[in-house]
Amino acid sequence: MHIQICPQAFNPWSEVADYPARSEMKPGSYGACSVFVGFMRDFNLGDKVQCMELEHYHGMTEKLLAEHAQKVNQQYGLADLLIIHRVGMIYPQDPIVLVAAWSAHRAEAFDGCRDMMEYLKAKATFWKKESLEGSEGQRWVDNRKAMPL
Amino acid sequence: MTISVKIFASLREDLGIDGANIRPSHKMTALDVWKHITDKKPPDNLLCAVNHQYAGFDSTVQDGDEIAFFPPVNGG
Repeated sequence: MHIQICPQAFNPWSEVADYPARSEMKPGSYGACSVFVGFMRDFNLGDKVQCMELEHYHGMTEKLLAEHAQKVNQQYGLADLLIIHRVGMIYPQDPIVLVAAWSAHRAEAFDGCRDMMEYLKAKATFWKKESLEGSEGQRWVDNRKAMPL
Repeated sequence: MTISVKIFASLREDLGIDGANIRPSHKMTALDVWKHITDKKPPDNLLCAVNHQYAGFDSTVQDGDEIAFFPPVNGG
């Protein structure tokens, strides 16, 4: 299990490709990998968004994610879980979050990935401040409820 | 007795402070800490954590604790 809060841009596809070799998963021990990648849009609530600053509560964010990842690992019997989340300045099309879940069969990988992502949206201590195009200024993004599992 | 207070995101801008260290002379709840650092009414959507765990406003804080106030989260 690996959780990373990342202040620099990252490539989610190479992270997913490279992770099994540096994890404790044995080759051939998993039959599925479910991946969610969230990207920054250049629009929100009818406005054009130029960039966004992602803030987090260092210490609490890592703790919450680690605790829930442990729970998800056990609940769905996952082989492993990889979570990377950006902080700092982010620009349209930049990856914001990666959740990848490996398991023996697809159902557990899908469900574990979804569960972790919904928890992250609902509970993990991140906040987004958007800079709008033109003279519209900046605004904090309101929370939306996590989708039901 | 020292309690470390942290304030995040839009709340930090609204209050104009990012935190404080307070030395209360009596036992305090999270709500008492809020009242100690600001005269403003707590926003309806205010969240609170004590030592990196979500906590209620009636939670007691102790010497050495870290308490945080913040608006609803929005990651992912």
